[in-house]
Amino acid sequence: MVFTVLVTISVLIGGAVELIPMFLVDENVPRISTVTPFTPLELTGRDIYIREGCVGCHSQMVRPFRHELERYGTYGRAGETIYERPFLWGSKRTGPDLSRVGGKYPDLWHVRHFENPRSTSPRSLMPPYAWLLTSEMDLDNLDTKLARLKSIGTPYSDAEIANAQASARQQAEAMATGIEASGGPSGLADKEVIAVIAFLQRLGQDVRAAGLTAEAQP
Amino acid sequence: MQTTSATAEATLLDPDMEVYRYDEQIVRMFVLATAIWGVVGMLVGALIALQIPFWEANLGPYLTFGRLRPLHTNAVIFAFAGNAIFAAIYYSTQRLCKARMAFDSLSKFHFWGWQAIIVSAAITLPLGITTSKEYAELEWPIDLAIAVVWVVFAVNFFATLNNRREKHMYVALWFYIATIVTIAVLHIGNSLAIPISLTKSYPIYAGVQDALVQWWYGHNAVAFFLTTPFLGLMYYFLPKAAERPVFSYRLSIVHFWSLVFLYIWAGPHHLNYTAVPEWAATLGMVFSVMLWMPSWGGMINGLFTLRGAWHKLRDSVVLKMFVIGITFYGMSTFEGPLLSVKTVNALSHYTDWTIGHVHAGAMGWNGFMTFGMIYWLMPKLWRTPLWSDRLANTHFWIGTIGMLLYVMSMYSAGVTQGLMWRAFDSAGNLLYPDFMETMIQIVPMYWVRLVGGTMYLVGAILMLYNMYRTIKTAPKELPDPAFTTPKEVTA
Ligand code: HEC
Ligand code: HEM
Ligand code: HEM
Repeated sequence: MVFTVLVTISVLIGGAVELIPMFLVDENVPRISTVTPFTPLELTGRDIYIREGCVGCHSQMVRPFRHELERYGTYGRAGETIYERPFLWGSKRTGPDLSRVGGKYPDLWHVRHFENPRSTSPRSLMPPYAWLLTSEMDLDNLDTKLARLKSIGTPYSDAEIANAQASARQQAEAMATGIEASGGPSGLADKEVIAVIAFLQRLGQDVRAAGLTAEAQP
Repeated sequence: MQTTSATAEATLLDPDMEVYRYDEQIVRMFVLATAIWGVVGMLVGALIALQIPFWEANLGPYLTFGRLRPLHTNAVIFAFAGNAIFAAIYYSTQRLCKARMAFDSLSKFHFWGWQAIIVSAAITLPLGITTSKEYAELEWPIDLAIAVVWVVFAVNFFATLNNRREKHMYVALWFYIATIVTIAVLHIGNSLAIPISLTKSYPIYAGVQDALVQWWYGHNAVAFFLTTPFLGLMYYFLPKAAERPVFSYRLSIVHFWSLVFLYIWAGPHHLNYTAVPEWAATLGMVFSVMLWMPSWGGMINGLFTLRGAWHKLRDSVVLKMFVIGITFYGMSTFEGPLLSVKTVNALSHYTDWTIGHVHAGAMGWNGFMTFGMIYWLMPKLWRTPLWSDRLANTHFWIGTIGMLLYVMSMYSAGVTQGLMWRAFDSAGNLLYPDFMETMIQIVPMYWVRLVGGTMYLVGAILMLYNMYRTIKTAPKELPDPAFTTPKEVTA
């Protein structure tokens, strides 16, 4: 039994040294004023991204090397991740990094890409996600999601929580109208694809708004 | 002593002697589960290996790469390697303690509970119910179930240790203890989440913190699920199969404590150059490099145990498999520290080099140690010779060649793609600005990987078939082996 206790202690020492400063650092993570929580629609899209396992092929963490900055955009900052639950940095790039993809393509491009990646990227090996264009998004839990996230630290206001569903519908409606206007399919306003696109279009925008470039210090 | 003869029958009845029997049925169950889930998990591996170069193999929504990848990792790690660990622990602990598992009911609960968890993983992951945290994808109700089953296992194990008739605790038991304690801590630490519904939760950690906790867990899942229990397995089954004592007892003490202490610190090597603080990544790197020594301590102790027994390799498929296993343990624990060095990681991270490293460890070390153990156990557990040694030899060769094809193709793919990503032309522009260009280049390697992986899978299927035929020739009754010991010793 003494042995077991010793094992436990040696294991805990390393864990503690590694993790405790991290929680102290919590306060020290350099905040970026433009980083705000995901909108309800983006959050819904993020959860679909998680469901589909996109993280198995796409990273969301640009490293500070010149070739990565050229290819993707500025490198990942600690301050931009504070509302990521869970983090989605990934460990394998079978596809390109997505953390700076927001604004890179119009919404319609993404619709086409999900329907059939070969239509936008002829040699692509990405699987098609056509069902995202037909399955309806599930907004039932949305207020609960925001409320629970608030309870562990994401600063949603009570009004945002109460209006979560309505806000998601409104944002989706606007996007769907835009897609239709640019020659895309109609009737996407309540489809999952809209939520995913909303999430993708958000990626990297906060850092961009803060004017953080490769050279600027985090 | 095993009581099979008439005289032994008499000792069993001797009133001054205490009789105890080992539970072998539970070991048989875990062994079968290992082989069956192994084939399932590798089949899924082969499917996802096909899906990368051949997107048409994605049968949406349930059978797409993104949803099946975690199914593969969970099946091979927790179902294949997991059941193998439990088979090894239940077989060897009883013998090392000279005591039956303390509670048969808990053993059964552990077995069925674990299989139920695997089945629920196999159902929920294709449905897209996932936390997306690598090797901890299962949602909170299943996480709770894992915690319960693990505690039951721990109670049963420690109660057995408590009942032991052998005072000395052999080194294999230390490794089991480290495994049981640490996995419990890691699993609970990493799974803390706030539920939204039965199928959805958010972790209490966010961003950088979540990343650090995840890789504190993820790295040590490798350390305490794929390394320490397999070292325990090695320390028990290798000397048995070689009929030689362990090379150095002192070395085993030193490398045990240094492994257990150092491993935990190394997690951040999965996060080099990301947004985690610089000091954390550097700490991870330093400890990873230090880990090389104790890891090789284990390898040396294993290989040197075979001193004077190398000639036995020719006829023993078990020893051949153990040697490949231990050699690949050595290779992957040499490669691991190398990959932790920042300049190397700058190239390897995000590429197939990592995948090559993973499978050198997983297929080479975990896979071959498991196969060796199963071939050694089959005749003992079912009390009949293995149906075909030739088939087992075929498994050995096809598995080895398959694994080499897998690993080599992934090294080549990883380095090629890593170099292409960072290549600039003379004008200072990216040489391959189109990501797909760097992918198309390595597609041939993905086909080689598929061939290698399929060979490895076929080897596992051959083993399952060999097991089936062996079991068919087994005696109908397989009573638990009985042993006796004078009563006063235990009093
Ligand atoms: C099998 C691996 C794989 C999976 C799974 C996968 N992708 Fe991709 N993805 C790729 C590849 C390869 C490319 C590059 C070729 C292309 O543009 O299609 C890509 C490209 C993209 C792009 C364009 C990036 C750019 O900068 O041009 C987006 C956006 C994207 N994927 C989103 C997703 C989302 C969202 C999911 C999950 C629903 C997903 N992907 C799942 C492999 C994958
Ligand atoms: C038939 C044999 C196998 C095949 C064909 C196979 C195939 C694959 C494929 C295609 C991937 C995804 C790689 C990527 O995302 O690019 C993968 C990942 C993985 N496999 Fe296997 N595999 C096999 C056996 C095993 C075994 C036996 C184990 C463990 C005991 C294992 C453990 C893993 C792990 C841990 C990963 C995740 C790696 C990471 O995230 O970096 N595999 N495998
Ligand atoms: C001294 C021992 C070891 C060290 C220091 C080590 C180090 C590393 C490093 C640096 C990475 C790459 C992280 C990245 O760039 O993303 C890695 C990945 C990995 N290693 Fe090891 N390794 C060791 C032994 C092993 C062994 C024996 C196994 C398996 C049986 C193993 C399984 C894995 C897995 C599964 C991953 C992939 C994690 C992921 O990204 O999903 N490692 N290891």
